[in-house]
Amino acid sequence: MRRDPRDLVRYTAGQRAVHWIVGISFILLGMSGLALFHPAFYPFSLLFGGGAWTRILHPIIGVVMALAFVVMVIRFTRYNLMRRVDWQWIGRIGEMVNGSDETMPAQGKYNGGQKLLFWLLLICMLLLIPSGVVLWRAYFDFPVEWVRWAAVVHSATAVVMICLIFVHVYAAIWVTGTIRAMWYGTVTRAWAKQHHRTWYEEVTKP
Amino acid sequence: MALQSLDIQARSATTTAVPGVRETLDVAKLIDISKCIGCKACQVACMQWNDLQGEIGHNHGDYQNPRDLNDTTWTLMRFYEVEPEPDRLEWLIRKDGCMHCADPGCLAACPAPGAIVRYSNGIVDFHQEHCIGCGYCITGCPFDIPRLSKKDEKAYKCTLCSDRVAVGLAPACVKTCPTGAITFGGKDEMIRHAETRVADLRERGFVKAGLYDPPGVGGTHVMYVLQHADRPELYGLPKDPTISPLVELWKGAAKPLAIATMALVGLASLFHYVTKGPNAVSREIEKETEHEEEEQA
Ligand code: HEM
Ligand code: SF4
Repeated sequence: MRRDPRDLVRYTAGQRAVHWIVGISFILLGMSGLALFHPAFYPFSLLFGGGAWTRILHPIIGVVMALAFVVMVIRFTRYNLMRRVDWQWIGRIGEMVNGSDETMPAQGKYNGGQKLLFWLLLICMLLLIPSGVVLWRAYFDFPVEWVRWAAVVHSATAVVMICLIFVHVYAAIWVTGTIRAMWYGTVTRAWAKQHHRTWYEEVTKP
Repeated sequence: MALQSLDIQARSATTTAVPGVRETLDVAKLIDISKCIGCKACQVACMQWNDLQGEIGHNHGDYQNPRDLNDTTWTLMRFYEVEPEPDRLEWLIRKDGCMHCADPGCLAACPAPGAIVRYSNGIVDFHQEHCIGCGYCITGCPFDIPRLSKKDEKAYKCTLCSDRVAVGLAPACVKTCPTGAITFGGKDEMIRHAETRVADLRERGFVKAGLYDPPGVGGTHVMYVLQHADRPELYGLPKDPTISPLVELWKGAAKPLAIATMALVGLASLFHYVTKGPNAVSREIEKETEHEEEEQA
């Protein structure tokens, strides 16, 4: 259902579903992973049914997220190719942070920051998946030196990824009218004009 | 408090102090490799005392059986045929098992509170009821000792018979050794005893004989008298064991650094919102859009 027939479709239901699968698995992975990473977060293990269940479930959720992430990458890579204007936008990120993005270069479907985030998250996943498999002692037995490297890579990358997702979620909250794109897939014309003018012009071209 | 001999001095995944007022004796087990005849009485005694029934394996043409430590084999006689000098064959037999490090890598790596403890007498013990089965202890151990059980997904290793020691008995292996190659007592006393053994061996031509009590892990509560202490590799022992720097990083600096970074990003977002307010669509664009709408209508 469209709130207003003039609203613009930004995501199909399928795209939103994949994103939610990734997002929910990410939250579960972050909490179960942090529980094993630092005793301060060990209480998170209660949400998963105790320490042993946390240890059992984390890698399984990891596989779910990895698969959903691959689907997202296939669907979204073409919108995230970095162009010159994206680097210009990133060079002037200070203005965005200041809240005055209307003076910045017009942006397509995604701005330079969003595209950069996409690639950084992809790198994180490319580090997290193999290192997670190496850590998975229930099914694998890699040389101990590999496991030690994997532990460092997996935990450090996880922290970087958690920080990136904090920024991602905050940006969505901060820019009002954005979250609805993940609920029901549409945004207002005014929103599109202000934040993604090039995209607005593309989708409203008669 | 529980038995004084089981006072806990260090506990896995615990950041506050553990009870530490009472001072107990540091114990140690000394394994004199020059006196060992490889009879495996200790290996049997360990299984018997601890009620461990291993699977019956295969003969691989030598005496070492089973091939490796496992969840039901907490101590294993390892047999090495080596030539420390050319044309001088020696049959070295080492009783392998947990070294009970003063600075245990297993405990440092363990994420489950209380699953690994070090008693104030120096024994490092696994409490399987708290074990979550992640295997991080294996990653942390410099001696490749803990083993995850396929049966219950818990980690197991030598307990130094903490249950026997708690009530004033020597470990089962010590009790059973027919040649007196394994002795047990206060750590100082064991070091003194080792010194007499080393002096004796040196007199008999093993000029490099010595005690294996590696300082890199703070010393151990299982020590060896080696005929060739300059070359512990001959016995399958690491030369200068320490907790791997990777494990130190993972379980050391990484933890506070990670928390600080995540907290900083979270707080920065909050303060950004509080100082800048939401990034809403500007009045002009809203008007412009409304205007277009009216035009089209
Ligand atoms: C993508 C597939 C993933 C797999 C297969 C995987 C697997 C694993 C495994 C096997 C462990 C060791 C604990 C255990 O045995 O359960 C682990 C720990 C951990 N994982 Fe993952 N994981 C994945 C993704 C993630 C993601 C996306 C995050 C980010 C939030 C994450 C964060 C962590 C953390 C923080 C730890 C604890 C590391 C430590 O103890 O220092 N993992 N992971
Ligand atoms: S030898 Fe390994 S299992 Fe034993 S105390 Fe040292 S680190 Fe822990």
